[in-house]
Amino acid sequence: MGINRNIQLKIKTIDKLNHLNSTVTRLDNGIPCYQIDAGTQDLIKLEFVFKAGLFYQSKKLTASVTNKMLSLGTKSFSAFKIAEKVDVHGAYIDTSVDKDSATVAIYCLNKHLTKLLPVLQEVIYEPVFPEKEFSILLNKTKQEFYINLEKVKFLASVNFNHLIYGDRHPYGLMTEKEDFDKIQLSDLKKFYQEYYQSDNCKIIASGKIPKNLISILNEYFNNNTNSKEPKTIPSPNEEYIPGKHKIEKPGSLQSAMRIGKPLFNRLHPDYKKFSVLNTVLGGYFGSRLMSNIREEKGYTYGIGSSLLSLQHSGFFSIVTEVGAKYTDAAIEEIYKELKKLRTEKISESELKLVKNYMTGQIIRGLDGPFALSEKLRMLIQYDLPKTYFQNFVEEINHTNSQDLIDIANQHLSPSSLIELVVGS
Amino acid sequence: MIGFEKFTLKNGLRLIVHQDRSTPIVAVNVIYDVGAKDEHPEKTGFAHLFEHLMFGGSINIPKYDTPLQQVGGENNAFTNNDYTNYYITLPKQNLETAFWLESDRMLDLAFSPKSLDVQRNVVIEEFKQVFLNQPYGDAWLLLRPLVYKTHPYQWSTIGKEISHIENASMDEVKDFYQKYYNPNNAILVVAGDVDPAEVKELVDKWFGDIPSKIIPERNLPQEKKQTANRTLSVKRNVPVTAIYKAFHMCSRTDKTYHATDLLSDILSNGESSRLFSKLVKEQKLFSELQAFISGDIDEGMFIISGKLMKDVEVEEAEKAIYLELERIKTEKITPDELQKVKNKIESSLTFSEVSILTKAMNLAYYELLGDAHKINEEVKHYEAVNANEIQEIAQQLFSHENESTLYYLSE
Repeated sequence: MGINRNIQLKIKTIDKLNHLNSTVTRLDNGIPCYQIDAGTQDLIKLEFVFKAGLFYQSKKLTASVTNKMLSLGTKSFSAFKIAEKVDVHGAYIDTSVDKDSATVAIYCLNKHLTKLLPVLQEVIYEPVFPEKEFSILLNKTKQEFYINLEKVKFLASVNFNHLIYGDRHPYGLMTEKEDFDKIQLSDLKKFYQEYYQSDNCKIIASGKIPKNLISILNEYFNNNTNSKEPKTIPSPNEEYIPGKHKIEKPGSLQSAMRIGKPLFNRLHPDYKKFSVLNTVLGGYFGSRLMSNIREEKGYTYGIGSSLLSLQHSGFFSIVTEVGAKYTDAAIEEIYKELKKLRTEKISESELKLVKNYMTGQIIRGLDGPFALSEKLRMLIQYDLPKTYFQNFVEEINHTNSQDLIDIANQHLSPSSLIELVVGS
Repeated sequence: MIGFEKFTLKNGLRLIVHQDRSTPIVAVNVIYDVGAKDEHPEKTGFAHLFEHLMFGGSINIPKYDTPLQQVGGENNAFTNNDYTNYYITLPKQNLETAFWLESDRMLDLAFSPKSLDVQRNVVIEEFKQVFLNQPYGDAWLLLRPLVYKTHPYQWSTIGKEISHIENASMDEVKDFYQKYYNPNNAILVVAGDVDPAEVKELVDKWFGDIPSKIIPERNLPQEKKQTANRTLSVKRNVPVTAIYKAFHMCSRTDKTYHATDLLSDILSNGESSRLFSKLVKEQKLFSELQAFISGDIDEGMFIISGKLMKDVEVEEAEKAIYLELERIKTEKITPDELQKVKNKIESSLTFSEVSILTKAMNLAYYELLGDAHKINEEVKHYEAVNANEIQEIAQQLFSHENESTLYYLSE
């Protein structure tokens, strides 16, 4: 068979994306329920999302522990009964908290859905915060925290976050050992009353959506629990001081490092262009940081960079763990790569590759109902239109190398960065 | 139910095509039937190091990643004790690029000395990052040689020690490639919005002329039946003590595999499971405690591992584990409890079919086990297990003589 293996195949660029196909219906009490009917399996994920993330807590640990406690005892079910009901129906309850939101999600086969809703209803509307469960949970969490303190990566992550946002910003609060003695059950109940209310809730359903979903949800989640008092919305005070920091971790074989700064979220006009720049630098396997520091020098198993978007801010960071003896050399190379972005034009072929890679990444993010629901959740959080991804692809494709030099000079001067090394 | 078509090329390459019209991406997954268990005991970690070298350029294509990224694709790979798995996801329009890349590195590699030098370093950093510089990170490196005395499962995929990786030579790399990286030792799965006949044609075009070779017969030293209890204690700078127990169990294709899996679920799947509800919640002896099976193809390990709450004595914690094991050996499992773990399995099998890549990987794995069709029989096998079988497995497994324990003590 005469095939020529030396010649690269023609690249088919994808310039049209399918829009996210979702609908929204309000429950009788006003909770919006977004629905993505997709996939081939007869299953569903129901997510209840509250604006009750770390941003809203005034005392450390409150947001995460409140969220975990929801499924540990309700008006009619003990923690064990809840776990048993969930397990018996082959379901999973997933509670999680990030900087902005708190989530209670249930994953199940559709045939079990209606049997699980009475439990879920109480988890969300009638948690009782049992003392005994609180003490077990706190001890476990504390122990996990102590173990995490032995990981250079964990230390780098929490301390960097603190350096970025500081003590006066709710994103900057850093959990410390003594916080586990300060948190009280009353803090959780108060936080729950304030933030886990129907007027602070959104539902996202994804999978094979039953035809009668809205009427079933109305049956269980139609309570009107709008808070009587206005919610406390913290006013963030962004201040950060660029500079170099080191935390000693004796005996470490590797150093964990972070280099970055507070920046902006995805609503900022420069977000998309910066995303292209970030991808060139450290956003994929072929990125400059990976090519240089892993594939050329072998200093690390992995290195990357990201621009993390939050509701009220965003931050840029370069993240890696390198062999202890390569620490200084790796830092030097990182700054060299940043300088290149500020001074040298990115070649057309590299830029084209990155644009195509980013388009592919968006398409991969549209595989299956749960990936779609994550995308939808992001659109809802930032109040973006369904055409967002199509626009995103168009805009990155219009970005040129001069734009990227400008962006790099504007945002990535070395004197504006925070550098943190954790190691021996 | 996952439908597919299976073809075998003249050179022995097996091709499985699964059609799923609902997704914009295609997954391409290749398994080579070689893993850490095929390594020489003094040259461990090699299969995994080799996996890294598969990205260092092939005979006609200097860089593997670049053309794939140019068409919006993403790829990675993993190695375990049994096999090596390479995977790609990309927009369906560019599927053929994946075949071009994947077939060229099946045909021949570039064997760049620079790539070997660098990847030795990268893997050593991986060794540190994942195993040595983590609390409890070396537990598996200690447990395996305690459990296995002759079978090559006694070492981890990363290898026994860093020096084995440092000493890997180019001749060994070439020899390994010649032996194992051949079409008749590989399984290719393509899943997505594709037409099986078209895929077959393209695969013929790109892979059809790669010559097959003789694959060395796998003749692994079999583990002798363990006859005495084994323990190992180590002291480490960790905040709390951990216990790791391993019991020898059956192979992946044994008829008691599904019952053994359900046994681990009764003990530890979900927060209503026995170990969690009793030992973590009620007695507060552990902050975490799991029972699970290693999932190896040859005779594997049934593991019980957990971290003790501070101030709990090892003897007390261990005694509580033994009590639960005794209970499952002697008291009958109720129909409700059995149904619960079966429902959980049904769910997790269904949920594993949500991502196109997972489907592709699973199809390749079942074909490696002997027949991709078995993927659709799993629910049935679990459904058929009864309470007596689970209890019999518990009685066989949980004996003093079949047990190895690693005490990972906080200094």
